[in-house]
Amino acid sequence: MSIIVYTSTKNGDVLKSSLEAVSYAAQTAESSNQEVIALSIGNVNSVDELGKYGANKLIQVQSSSVSSFQPNLIAKAIQEISKIEDSNLCILSHDLNGKAISPLLSVMMNAGMVTGAVGLPDDSNGFIVRKGVFSGKAFARIKISSEKKIVTVMPNSIEKKEFNQTTNIESVELDLGAPRIKVLEQKIASTDIPLPEAEKVVSAGRGLKGPENWQMVEDLAKELGAATACSRPVADMDWRPHHEHVGQTGVAIRPNLYIAIGISGAIQHLAGVNQSKVIVVINTDKEAPFFKSADYGIVGDAFEVIPKLVEAAKRLSA
Amino acid sequence: MKILVCISKVPDTTAKIAFKDNNTAYDTDGVQFIINPYDEWYALVRALEIKESQGGSVTVLNVGGPENDPTIRKALAIGADGAVRVNINSTDAMNTAQNIAGFAKEEGFDIVFCGKETIDYNGSQVGGMIAALLDMPYISYASKLDLDGSKATIERDIQGGKEILEVEVPFVLSAAKGMAEARIPNMRGIMAARTKPLNVIEPSSSDNMTEIVSYELPPAKGECKFVDAENPEELIELLRNEAKII
Repeated sequence: MSIIVYTSTKNGDVLKSSLEAVSYAAQTAESSNQEVIALSIGNVNSVDELGKYGANKLIQVQSSSVSSFQPNLIAKAIQEISKIEDSNLCILSHDLNGKAISPLLSVMMNAGMVTGAVGLPDDSNGFIVRKGVFSGKAFARIKISSEKKIVTVMPNSIEKKEFNQTTNIESVELDLGAPRIKVLEQKIASTDIPLPEAEKVVSAGRGLKGPENWQMVEDLAKELGAATACSRPVADMDWRPHHEHVGQTGVAIRPNLYIAIGISGAIQHLAGVNQSKVIVVINTDKEAPFFKSADYGIVGDAFEVIPKLVEAAKRLSA
Repeated sequence: MKILVCISKVPDTTAKIAFKDNNTAYDTDGVQFIINPYDEWYALVRALEIKESQGGSVTVLNVGGPENDPTIRKALAIGADGAVRVNINSTDAMNTAQNIAGFAKEEGFDIVFCGKETIDYNGSQVGGMIAALLDMPYISYASKLDLDGSKATIERDIQGGKEILEVEVPFVLSAAKGMAEARIPNMRGIMAARTKPLNVIEPSSSDNMTEIVSYELPPAKGECKFVDAENPEELIELLRNEAKII
């Protein structure tokens, strides 16, 4: 038996979210003594990393029809390989790629699915997986009763364990049929840290009074190696681009560190950030509701506090 | 364009989250329910805009019991032409998708809209499952949709960026921010909604592949540790040596 993990790549390198999925599969396989097979579309450069996190084998699917992101053809490839490898469990990341592929795969394989897992499967009484529900306000334990199963892993929620396996590489040609979607253009952010994958995020809100004041936010983010984000009103007023908007209607994130500057902490904002591991709130209003969800707080004026933080962070990295 | 918009009923964003029956059921006592925001603000409103500019019809569909009817009426008040409710309470995404596809497959919809996820179970599953069941292309996390005859140009979120693509109807999409702006129903809409059709149909599937065993609340957050605004350097110190994250 084996566990199949779908791994997304960017220029041949496996995405961080996919490496987490590999580690999740390897940790699941540990107790059930199964082989972990990573599946990629096209070739992978960073095979060492797949081995580090526990992949025994890499199957590189070669198909001329998947030159762009084609979720239904990728799902078909996973289904075919699952059949060949006699696999009943497939793992994907619950990143945007996994969200596009997994529901299609679930129908194709007739597999029950839990998306956004935050813990390893518990097989002591059936197959039960824990996931966040109510937008981070609770957890549910969900049992999959079908023979075939799919689990998608919430990014940045699983401790990556090192297995240091040797990964055997196979290439398989598959005829997946013609794509039904024609991709015209891809806009992939190249230089900045993509917000959903960032481990540290510095975010600011209306308290900053205007877009011209964002330099200090960017300076702090740069010193900490963090991505920048903003609250909804700031995106709505076009002070910052919409893809930076975190919260219920924008991007939901769960970094290790979230620093919120001049954001009051409305429940809609919290729904997008409340699973961050450490939350720092900086606000002039000591009654701001965000302090109730914070680990560290500073009641003070951002225009005085942030430059000092930037200096302190600089000294730290010096 | 003949359009179907799938709407889910969810607790209001500000609703308190509590569980009952030994943590096996969500306690709905005193909870205000709304249409799932992504289904309403983005999917339904964009569907109505398409109908307004090029004609056609917009049907909303909900899978649930009679207690969902007031929520469905709100979608009619916003402007949908008619509504269908599949009479089954389900927490299994595949069951929900099968019931939606069971209805949709005979109807010949050009576009089936869903929201990108629901704010209660956060699954992001049903839209894609409907597409696979109906054998239609699925475009997830779509933030922009333009139609030119039967050809759609769509912008969608992918890992690390965005993608612009072309697809022919029929297709299924899940709507994300950017697709449209929320609309508030007006008095005329609310009055009209009372007489619009809300057809109740029996489920075509009752199979489940998943079941919720139990719920739990996250551990309570500890007290916030305050750092003096005169000495913010201390924060950096704490993040490095106490929280150990920088």
